[in-house]
Amino acid sequence: MKSVNNLDEIRKIINLHKKWDLIFLITGIVALMIAVLTFMALFLHMLIEGLPRLSLDFFTSFPSRRPESAGILSAWVGTTLVMLVTAVAAVPLGIGSGVYLEEYAPKNMLTEIIEINVTNLAGVPSIIYGLLALGLFVYQLGFGQSILAAGLALALLILPVVIVATREAIRSIPVSIREGAYALGATKWQTVSDHLLPYSSAGILTGIIIGLARAIGETAPIITIGALTFIAFLPPSPIKNDFPYLSFEWLTAPFTVMPIQMFNWVSRPEEAFQLNAAAAGLVLVAMTLAMNGLAIYLRYRMRKNIKW
Amino acid sequence: MADKSHNKKIILDAGKLGYSFRRRIHERFIESFLFLSAALSIVIMLAIIMMLLKESIIFFQHVSIWDFLTDTQWTPLFADAHYGILPLVSGTVVSSLIALLVALPMGTIIAIYLSEFAPFTIREMAKPFLELLGGVPTVVYGYFALLFVTPLLQKIFPELPGFNLLSAGLVMGIMIIPYVSSMTEDAMRAVPMNLREGSYAMGATRFQTAIRVVMPAAFSGIAAAYILGISRAVGETMVVAIAAGMQPNLTWNPMEPAATITAYIVQVSLGDLPHGSIGYQTIFAAGLTLLIITLVFNIIGHVLRKKFREIY
Repeated sequence: MKSVNNLDEIRKIINLHKKWDLIFLITGIVALMIAVLTFMALFLHMLIEGLPRLSLDFFTSFPSRRPESAGILSAWVGTTLVMLVTAVAAVPLGIGSGVYLEEYAPKNMLTEIIEINVTNLAGVPSIIYGLLALGLFVYQLGFGQSILAAGLALALLILPVVIVATREAIRSIPVSIREGAYALGATKWQTVSDHLLPYSSAGILTGIIIGLARAIGETAPIITIGALTFIAFLPPSPIKNDFPYLSFEWLTAPFTVMPIQMFNWVSRPEEAFQLNAAAAGLVLVAMTLAMNGLAIYLRYRMRKNIKW
Repeated sequence: MADKSHNKKIILDAGKLGYSFRRRIHERFIESFLFLSAALSIVIMLAIIMMLLKESIIFFQHVSIWDFLTDTQWTPLFADAHYGILPLVSGTVVSSLIALLVALPMGTIIAIYLSEFAPFTIREMAKPFLELLGGVPTVVYGYFALLFVTPLLQKIFPELPGFNLLSAGLVMGIMIIPYVSSMTEDAMRAVPMNLREGSYAMGATRFQTAIRVVMPAAFSGIAAAYILGISRAVGETMVVAIAAGMQPNLTWNPMEPAATITAYIVQVSLGDLPHGSIGYQTIFAAGLTLLIITLVFNIIGHVLRKKFREIY
């Protein structure tokens, strides 16, 4: 720093710094605008390409060799069933694990290892989960290239998301609530199940929705387990007409999902199929945006309504 | 004293001892379920490592590690098979570098703007918008790269092939901007207000405060955001698999088609390789390489966070 004595020089320096301030302000606005406009351009392009293909037939037809009559029936049914398996597996395990780490875990080496490990798992590329599922679920446990294997692979993938959301939601509940419950003679689990879980349910739900929205769009792990891309039939129905009424045959059925269907159409050279890809992309983006939007809305409501 | 024994008597009379015993068993049972689900994360990590190691060890019985690391060709499915990981690594490095050149500066500038300059309403609108964009499936970005950005780039560079690393990298960069800017902004907002107030009181401008006070104070969070961006770029699969072509190609030129580690795994998975063949084992060796790269970055991030964490 050079010393400044003259008042004019000080003014000059101040003006220079103010100019830099303004330059950065403009840079920031321009950068934000560039990002927003780029995203707009990308999505508008897809909207223009894909919108004409979106009709009821598109949702109720199987994929086909003729692009005009191809649809996403088997893809969205497959996505729904895979998500069902993912949710059933990831939700109890994720919440259980979050509750343990936040409320039960003693402060020791093991707890610290588990915590570091959850962060590391969140950083593992999704395709690695695909390789795990290929080796473990498909071959070692013999599930085959089925809905069950895919659902479990995605459940492992979103487990860290659910765990972190559960922990944050529970952590934000003040200690006084726990002390009040214990003072009335509640056990630890009674405190957790009657107070902590209900109060943090909105936060946990937000995490679950964000996790499932991520799982819906995941393509790489499902390709890795070797899911077929051309499926022109539906898995067996989970509801039966005769006695047990419920059937779990669909768990082992071959399947396709929305992102795989889209990938399949994108990689075809014919332009007509690429229009189908744009339409499938629109449906996929609409699904994930709706889910993420719901999560953001829930969080906003929660922040507004809860005052401890 | 008398009171206490009286209480005890009531409990015994009501036969509560059995109840309390059952209650303790119940509590123990639930606690062990919760512990098991928490311990599952370690089991998953171990399972990933074991699965990758198991197949990779068989792979390395056929191919020496030296060849794997130094051979300049990756043609495991050809008659003249070469198993050099370098072409896949070069594809991964080039596409990730392009992505980071886009995402880190843009993400940082947007984060500084949102955290230090933007009026309240713009920030409240931009945050959910960034989060929404973070949720868009990567296969959709692959579509953008192949069918929107590549034709656009071909107007500028007419000799650009249909599959190339440049467009895949650019789109990947755009895709990562929301993650980087959202996390960087969170880190900067967590810096306490009185540091800024101190800086303003000394006559610093907003830009000086942002660069010299807030950013150094938020360094550990910003480093974590950057590391997350890097491991996203390295592990990203669908954009490169769709837009960069799947030919392994030892090149540093972004205008050429090339395969990344992840794209190779996709390419093999799309085919029909029998379980237990050497081709099947190659994807596990490739996966192990990828896991090691991302784990190294995760560890660097962890160390940076620990070392530079500021506690206020």
